[in-house]
Amino acid sequence: MNILPVFLWTDILIFIMVAVVLAGGIYARNKAHLRAPWGQVVRSRMGMASLIVLVTYITIGVIDSVHFRESLPTENSSGEVYYSGEVLSLLDVLMGSVREQQEKTYSAPFAAYAYAKETVELDDGSQARIYPRLLYGGAHLDDPASELGDDVLRLSLIALLYGVASWALISAVVVALIAWRRGASISRTAGAILKGQLEIPWRVMFITLAIIVLLISWCMVLAGYYHILGTDKVGQDVFYQAVKSIRTGLAIGTLTTLVMLPFAVMLGVAAGYLRGWVDDVVQYLYTTLNSIPGVLLIAAAVLMLQVYISTHPELFETDAARADLRLLFLCIILGVTSWTGLCRMLRGEAMKLREMDYIEAATAFGVSRFKIITRHIMPNVMHIIMIAVVLDFSGLVLAEAVLSYVGVGVDPTMFSWGNMINGARLEMAREPMVWWSLLAAFIFMFVLVLAANLFSDAVRDAFDPRLRK
Amino acid sequence: MTETLLSVRDLKTWFSTGGGTVRAVDGISFDIKRGETFALLGESGCGKSMTSLSVMQLVPQPAGEIVSGQVLLQGEDLLQLPEAAMRDIRGDRIAMIFQEPMTSLNPVLTVGQQIGESLKQHKGLKGAAARARILELLDAVGIPAPQSRIDEYPHQLSGGMKQRVMIAIALAGEPDLLIADEPTTALDVTIQAQVLVLLRELQRKTGMSIMLITHDLGVVAEMADRVAVMYAGQIVEEASRAQFFAEPAHPYSRKLFESLPSMEKRDRALDIIRGSVPSLATEFKGCRFENRCDFAWPPCRDVIPQWHRCAEGHGVRCHLMDEALAATRPNDVAQEADELVAPRSVAVGNELLVVNDLKVHFPIRKGLLKRVAGHVYAVDGVSLKIKQGQTLALVGESGCGKTTVGKGIIQLTRPTAGEVLFEGDDLNALRGERLRRRRKDFQLIFQDPFSSMNPRMMIGDIIEEGMVAQGVGGHRAQRRARVAQLLAHVGLAAEMLDRYPHEFSGGQRQRICIARALAVDPKLIVCDEPTSALDVSVQAQILNLLKELQNELGLSYLFITHNISVVAYLAHEVAVMYLGRIVERGTIGEVLDHPRHPYTQALLSAVPTIDPASQQEIVHLEGDLPSPINPPGGCHFHPRCPAAQPVCKTDYPAPLAVTHTHRVSCHFAQT
Repeated sequence: MNILPVFLWTDILIFIMVAVVLAGGIYARNKAHLRAPWGQVVRSRMGMASLIVLVTYITIGVIDSVHFRESLPTENSSGEVYYSGEVLSLLDVLMGSVREQQEKTYSAPFAAYAYAKETVELDDGSQARIYPRLLYGGAHLDDPASELGDDVLRLSLIALLYGVASWALISAVVVALIAWRRGASISRTAGAILKGQLEIPWRVMFITLAIIVLLISWCMVLAGYYHILGTDKVGQDVFYQAVKSIRTGLAIGTLTTLVMLPFAVMLGVAAGYLRGWVDDVVQYLYTTLNSIPGVLLIAAAVLMLQVYISTHPELFETDAARADLRLLFLCIILGVTSWTGLCRMLRGEAMKLREMDYIEAATAFGVSRFKIITRHIMPNVMHIIMIAVVLDFSGLVLAEAVLSYVGVGVDPTMFSWGNMINGARLEMAREPMVWWSLLAAFIFMFVLVLAANLFSDAVRDAFDPRLRK
Repeated sequence: MTETLLSVRDLKTWFSTGGGTVRAVDGISFDIKRGETFALLGESGCGKSMTSLSVMQLVPQPAGEIVSGQVLLQGEDLLQLPEAAMRDIRGDRIAMIFQEPMTSLNPVLTVGQQIGESLKQHKGLKGAAARARILELLDAVGIPAPQSRIDEYPHQLSGGMKQRVMIAIALAGEPDLLIADEPTTALDVTIQAQVLVLLRELQRKTGMSIMLITHDLGVVAEMADRVAVMYAGQIVEEASRAQFFAEPAHPYSRKLFESLPSMEKRDRALDIIRGSVPSLATEFKGCRFENRCDFAWPPCRDVIPQWHRCAEGHGVRCHLMDEALAATRPNDVAQEADELVAPRSVAVGNELLVVNDLKVHFPIRKGLLKRVAGHVYAVDGVSLKIKQGQTLALVGESGCGKTTVGKGIIQLTRPTAGEVLFEGDDLNALRGERLRRRRKDFQLIFQDPFSSMNPRMMIGDIIEEGMVAQGVGGHRAQRRARVAQLLAHVGLAAEMLDRYPHEFSGGQRQRICIARALAVDPKLIVCDEPTSALDVSVQAQILNLLKELQNELGLSYLFITHNISVVAYLAHEVAVMYLGRIVERGTIGEVLDHPRHPYTQALLSAVPTIDPASQQEIVHLEGDLPSPINPPGGCHFHPRCPAAQPVCKTDYPAPLAVTHTHRVSCHFAQT
């Protein structure tokens, strides 16, 4: 079977972002003034534990950004290959069965029967209103009522085995690497890590890793047999939806920053350093922009885009491309409305810096203004940018949920926590109540935002000169 | 008079930091008698402020801890007292004034409220009685018109006034002991003279003791009864003022005197103290001064020196005083005095820089449309000349516009009017690229060596920056070689170019700044108070370097400073500035020895002198420097001038040539 790789706009930007972060890491290794604060982050236990959680999320997000289309079975003899209109990602392949095992409608987590009664025709031809068995959830059981508990326990034990084995494998490789870097024996290194004698809190990191690996293997094993977080109205697995939403959340949180940074940095630094009419223009610009209610601006922009998309269907090859454009546009409009805060901060900092003696010294050497900005001002405001970026991230993830709930967020066909919550509005009002969509979105979002906040705390502690000891 | 008021015994205050225990105060003992002024003299970081904070029990917690010792105030050990009892001692029996009057007053409370707070706390005075007492105190510290000042806020007062208010607050509790931590360091010389006189008078009236913490030998000579010299957490010498100034015994004290610049030392290099103060986090096995001492011999490294009495009331911590040990010392190898490089034969007399009627006015904008509501006349018609290979010193109090003159000349602040002729070209007329190219001929050295280098750049890149911008110095490898050569030139090792500024001490940083300025081969260097942020011993190193470079490279300096002794050592010509204008200018001998302008006379007399024999008459100036927004009519100096006549209020005096080099702007310069 042939596949056709698909590069959506946000995919490209996400890959660029990952590359930039990696390149930045390599660059920072060689600069003492950058290495020192990052060293402090690396030594903070909370920071590293949350970093591992974040890396897990990001890995899932990146895997979910590798998109392609499968070829349809060729029927004509000309050998021409047609590709399916459905865009899949690597994650879909990995979660294969979970994506395809679609029920008829709602079912509770770990249920073997549907959530509502249906009228079914029995073998003897009579009809009855019963809770029918699910097509996939617990389908391998003969008598769910008596077997389900034991079966979940049995599968959990298998998952535990898989989990422990893969954790041990990963840990062994990492410990070997650390031992190789330190030039010490493996057993010595392992002992030092256990006693917490190394500078980097490896012990905490291994514990966090263990929890994550066990959770993942448990979900992977059980999701093959059950809907571990139930199914939604159209019978789709909620666990699958929540995992697919990770990419959307990450994209909003990071791409918005990518859009916002050039505005904030260029305008803020230029206004603060050049002063004069540039400063006046930038100030008027952000004062004006700040006085327009953000949600209103976003709603107007998104609605305009929606009209444009629906009147130009020929521009989009697939549904995914259409939803993706809307996501990108949402990032841009969120970025345009949120750069003012950072810009104001940078303007103030640049105003302070331009009075510093070393800037005057550079001027006295006849160094050009552009070079002064790039060599002297930019490196000295980097810590502010750094702190703002990590602090904004969690806010943006939450903003997506709110906007989607209001109806001006991402495309309704796109998986996102906001859309899940929006759907849950009606589900919560049902009797009996359907609570698992909301809970799933809540847990996934909560863990991500908590980890991001804890990590940003560690970053701020390391970079903020006022907090430095 | 002989009763001991405060007795400190073996006080140790240590700090635990990430890099180990810092022994900021390491076993010091001294006594302060009632009514006496006890000076604690030392360089920055030697632990003198920490000593005073330990006495007050204000050591920063939890990093700092008083490890051992006693602080006996009239026999009562303060270190044993609980915090609640200590609160009654502070302000009531021991009061403190700080270095920076700008930050030690609360900006949102009036002067009266701040003094009243102390009165209420310690004397229980309230209402009208308190107000009357506040007025009395303000009057006692010499604040004119206390009735109107009492309800003013700190920002409405000048620096000298604020320090007087601080003193008034300290006096409110009628303390037995006043701890003055560098009380005049942030003030100008004329204001410093006022405050010192005030402190002396108050002491005479109230009979309180003063513990004076300072780094300035001149202030010690003016004020102290007894002197203790601190070095690296210990007292190394204690003596009465007369003994100390007549024959300082410790090699460190002697060096301090020898490294002071003065007119007599003009022709030779200043004595310097090698290296820098050792880190207080190290554990000392021998003498702390050993690595910098000219007299050191092996026992200094291995044996901790004990306290030796060499005369009544004169003690020293040095092995040289231990006769048994000193006998083992080998004879000195005859030391060669550092000779200055002979001046390069440049044709002195060529005028490198001629400034005619330079004006720098800053507009004050007000209102929505930012209309110009007035001007700050920072520099208002300054003319001066600098010859090739010579130094012109620009002297004046803070706020008189001397830094603006420097920045105006090298076009960092574009002048409003006037001519700056550099080798005949008017720099004011140059624009854009032509000015940028010209910048390599004139460079700048700043006052604060900590803010003058980008903390994110390595030393090599910092020095190289000018060469890159000016396109001089060839390709990268050649530039690197030049940087290494420059570092060697200013006395630093070439390996240092891959380090960051924070790894260097203040003196080393100033050397790097000099190397950076030299990188583009300038002809003129504007030195804006290059040594005022440095300790005396380091100052001498930098002054030597500057003089050497001038002799070797034929550089011209515009040396901006308020320190008269530095001027006397370094400058060839002097210009005295007052409120944006030059009031007197001439050769060094003419101005310093025969000042004609009353302001110059007052300025020179206000400088504390370390020679107790010369009891010169201090010309006291009333009041403060007026605002340059609204300078007084006529002669700017007339409101403060002791010799003012009616004509001074109406006409600004034209410069009068006393000799062909000496010019004075005063109506009465001839008489």
